[in-house]
Amino acid sequence: MTSESASTPGIDGDYEALISTTDVELLKRAWRNEKAAPEILHFESALIQRIRGQIQLMEETVEEFSGSGIDPLSVSLYQMDLDRTQYLLRSYLRIRLQKIEKYIFHISNNSEVQSRLSGQEKGFARRCTEDMERHLEESVLSKLPDNYRDILKQSIISEENDMVPEPHLDTFVVCKSRRFLGPFQLDGSDELLEMKPDDLCIIHYKSIRERVQEGEIDLV
Amino acid sequence: MAGQSDPHQSLFSAEEVEFIAEDEMVEIIPNLRMDALNFICGDFGPFFPQIATQVPLWLAVALKKRGKCTIRPPQWMSVEKLTQVLEAERDSQRMFEQLPFHYIEISRLLFDHARDDIPDVYMVRSLIEDIRDVRFHKVETNLETLTERAFALKINNLSAMEVNIVRPFVGRALQAFYKHDSLELIPDQERVSDRRPQVANNATRRHLRR
Repeated sequence: MTSESASTPGIDGDYEALISTTDVELLKRAWRNEKAAPEILHFESALIQRIRGQIQLMEETVEEFSGSGIDPLSVSLYQMDLDRTQYLLRSYLRIRLQKIEKYIFHISNNSEVQSRLSGQEKGFARRCTEDMERHLEESVLSKLPDNYRDILKQSIISEENDMVPEPHLDTFVVCKSRRFLGPFQLDGSDELLEMKPDDLCIIHYKSIRERVQEGEIDLV
Repeated sequence: MAGQSDPHQSLFSAEEVEFIAEDEMVEIIPNLRMDALNFICGDFGPFFPQIATQVPLWLAVALKKRGKCTIRPPQWMSVEKLTQVLEAERDSQRMFEQLPFHYIEISRLLFDHARDDIPDVYMVRSLIEDIRDVRFHKVETNLETLTERAFALKINNLSAMEVNIVRPFVGRALQAFYKHDSLELIPDQERVSDRRPQVANNATRRHLRR
């Protein structure tokens, strides 16, 4: 989602919404989208960096407060806010790691998907792939007959990498649009669909994929 | 643990839906004086005794638990409003009434922690349960009418918890329609009688590796 580096801030209402959206709101949106989407989405590096900074600042502040005799009620409330934000951050990162583990070979063969990972995630994916390859080699593949020893293909005569699980992009997802979306074509049909703000739709993920990336549609 | 909800049952656990709902704003009447709170998620306060303020639900519940405020139930949680909604829900077969997206979670949290702040709490509670039942029943009957491949379903005014409960079933049902319908649409170009047309798409890989 690139709502911060606003691609179309022309409409006043939108701009208002942009400047008044807190980072926590943005993180929550990114977290929900990531949870609901079948594939891994773009890593929100700027947002995560800002959130990390804020969390760190808040941790230091809470430490100061508990030392300096500010009433324990306020301290515990600040701690609650901190816990909530940390939960969102951790959950976001964990979901992405889960998806990486699930589609490990798909990611290592696909540079477009790799570009959506953060630097640390790329390192994780690489180590994961190496470990998995080694494990499969040692425990299974080396014991199979010659033509069936490849990790990516079922057998030598397969034309494509058919042993690689890929994300199911045609799962149905529930989504809401934030703005009025003019009629657009649904994947695989001639029908046009239009969405008003706050309409709840259940659609093929494939049909709305780009719109989710651009932040026009939110997954629920 | 963060991010550990069972992916096979429902994407979001009930607790996670509640977590999202806890950011909704409610009005409280504090009984203490407190400086403004500058949270990561926003700034709230300062708090003065008997002066109403808007805070997120999680903060309201935290303060209420410590006896530092009373919570003013939202406008829609009154016996009159809810009776109207219930009537309207019963009257219409396909449409859902406009209710706050998180009405189930908000009302649950308020019943659990702020029962004494809600006038006619038993009536309100029973109305909301009836509304939930009617709506859910409506969802079920409408889903039964799905008989063919649908590219998109529009259900307006469904609430967060209802969406979450219905999501796994609807997702799989629509998926099954899609899969079976599209296999039928493959023209039988291969008039070889002993070979079935193989659909080489990776969606079917599901059965190899779980």
